[in-house]
Amino acid sequence: MKYVTEYRDAELVKGVIDEIRRTVTRPWTLMEICGGQTHSIVRHGIDQLLPPQIELVHGPGCPVCVTPLELIDKALSIAARPDVIFCSYGDMLRVPGSSRDLFSVKAKGGDVRVVYSPLDAVTLAQKNPDKQVVFFAIGFETTAPPNVMSVLQAQHLGLKNFSILVSHVRVPPAISAILSSPHNRVQGFLLAGHVNAVMGYHEYPPLVEKFGVPMVVTGFEPLDLVQGILKTVQLLEEGKVEVANAYQRAVTLEGLKPAQDAINKVFMECDRKWRGIGMIPMSGWGLRPEFDEFNAEKRFDVESLRAEESPLCIAGQILQGLKKPHHCPAFGKQCTPENPLGATMVSSEGACAAYYRYGRVELTQSVTS
Amino acid sequence: MSEETVNIEGAVCAPPLTHNELIVMGHGAGGRMSHQLIQKAFVSAFQNTALNAGDDAALVEPGLRQKLSISTDSHVVFPLFFPGGDIGKLAVCGTVNDVAMLGAKPLYLTAGFILEEGLPMDTLKRVVESMRLAAEEAGVQIVAGDTKVVQKGKADGMYITTAGVGVVREGVNVSGVNAQPGDVVILSGTLGDHGIAVLGARGELGFQSSLQSDVAPLNHLIAAMLDASPNIHVLRDPTRGGLATTLNEIAVQSNAGILLKEESIPVHPEVNAACEMLGFDPLYLANEGKLVAIVPKEEAEKVLAVMKSTKYGEGAVIIGEVVAEPKSRVLLKTALGSTRVVDMLAGEMLPRIC
Repeated sequence: MKYVTEYRDAELVKGVIDEIRRTVTRPWTLMEICGGQTHSIVRHGIDQLLPPQIELVHGPGCPVCVTPLELIDKALSIAARPDVIFCSYGDMLRVPGSSRDLFSVKAKGGDVRVVYSPLDAVTLAQKNPDKQVVFFAIGFETTAPPNVMSVLQAQHLGLKNFSILVSHVRVPPAISAILSSPHNRVQGFLLAGHVNAVMGYHEYPPLVEKFGVPMVVTGFEPLDLVQGILKTVQLLEEGKVEVANAYQRAVTLEGLKPAQDAINKVFMECDRKWRGIGMIPMSGWGLRPEFDEFNAEKRFDVESLRAEESPLCIAGQILQGLKKPHHCPAFGKQCTPENPLGATMVSSEGACAAYYRYGRVELTQSVTS
Repeated sequence: MSEETVNIEGAVCAPPLTHNELIVMGHGAGGRMSHQLIQKAFVSAFQNTALNAGDDAALVEPGLRQKLSISTDSHVVFPLFFPGGDIGKLAVCGTVNDVAMLGAKPLYLTAGFILEEGLPMDTLKRVVESMRLAAEEAGVQIVAGDTKVVQKGKADGMYITTAGVGVVREGVNVSGVNAQPGDVVILSGTLGDHGIAVLGARGELGFQSSLQSDVAPLNHLIAAMLDASPNIHVLRDPTRGGLATTLNEIAVQSNAGILLKEESIPVHPEVNAACEMLGFDPLYLANEGKLVAIVPKEEAEKVLAVMKSTKYGEGAVIIGEVVAEPKSRVLLKTALGSTRVVDMLAGEMLPRIC
């Protein structure tokens, strides 16, 4: 497939990996921030091909994994209402709330639908004027433009039966939180290229300067990933602390101005809880007050709903890169994709699910034993 | 942001959900949840040798000269008509294929129709005509049937359940338990055509596709293969749950491993493109006109050549081999040279968020 196969060319990837091998002189710990990158790394087995000095830890960049329990409970409460068509990206259906998931709500008669785009939910609202259509607007900066567009489109159409339940998070505050942690081990970051395609990377030089950790804008195909890793290793080996762009075909310093304008028109920065990590100040986006009529939390009066998370698994430490999925005693035993203990096991972008699905634990064991 | 207030709370997680109390859609997706349901709800209750074997059809010996292969399959596809096929063709081919996968010649089918009040008579006629044509091509007769009508809103237009019986060819022993280390894994053509064609017909792709479902009766292909080599070990059609789930079933049944080569697995470029955009994996997409054959290495070329000479096997390729270790697992050698496990489909196949 054009523009994909070129970036999966085995010989080109091997060439870059050889270059990484020639460059590296000591151990380095890198974090890929994005769950899509984790998925790609494990699916293509890129971590197996890297020299042993380089350790990849998997960051909190899976939107499904970090959506807080409280928001899931709010979603479940809204979705169970008979007057509601609840629309979600597919991954979210399996995420457990306090006592059930969206699959269970659906099985009990809730109208829960998987959509590929929030604009599909707007169309549903047009077609079903007697129903309230709610879209579960989760994600990082990548999904923000379509999500805010759904609100602008609904406003433009004068729809009174469309709203969104927002749980948006942003990458820079998460990186800041990880680097501020006393347990931090990360020495270099692979930035999430799709996030940077929207936002550019002008937000990162201050972080690099403050924490002294190089960051490299990185894409998602195997060749993109190894080039991002090579660039990070080069910076580390040369002692350079800066932001570099290894995904130039998609990312500019400034990013997409029209998308950013749309986001700023509809969203404003707010505090946000991250499942497995906790509250990170000003780490999310929420709807501006002038868009209250599209705010599902207000429309369905679930703002005050609170949920206590119980400490049963180590998803939090995995999301922060402190532990690998197979370090969890529940991994693959009590905790599997059909029966997830943590959100990291639910989403195909979650580190645990990627490890489980691609059998990394068995391969790790067979290599080390 | 105010950095001094950053507070990492540490481990948090939700309690598990087992879905033991209600049927959810994942129970019908053909993956691990379906398997668990079948084991817990049905196999434990009905217990017998033929059922316990766990193949797509049951091998029974009612004291006749030849063994019989019996299978049944319910069809609930939406929409009823899609590029390359419809629920009627699917209902005939699905059961014909399941019966044939034990090395049998399918002979007779039955068909049960659940019709929704308000279904246009013309729709029913078109479906029945399609069944007639598919049965004719497969060389089977539909010899008995049943009709029920349910109230408007209680069915998606129509559901069809077919059952089939065939006679097992003498001298063959085809079953999921027979894969042996050293055997070769052959796939009859491209993966995922049916899954993506149906998604496209539902209007869920968001883009136009000319892709056709691969739904087809495979019994003549199987007959030709068994003519070439009566020694074929395993035949199975990778329907719901896709190739990944089918091979995992075989690996467990045979207590062996299966090693695939990623580059050798054929996928139509349109299917690949749809998967890239929607976040699906072709290994888990449904097929309705493909089979995997596991054959002794020395017979592989002969079987492959025969397959390639037929209409439904012309895209046949060798995609891997059976290995002794790791047992009950499917591995995949990636194009980059690394190795990963290919697991069974868990519950429902969900598109990824981004």
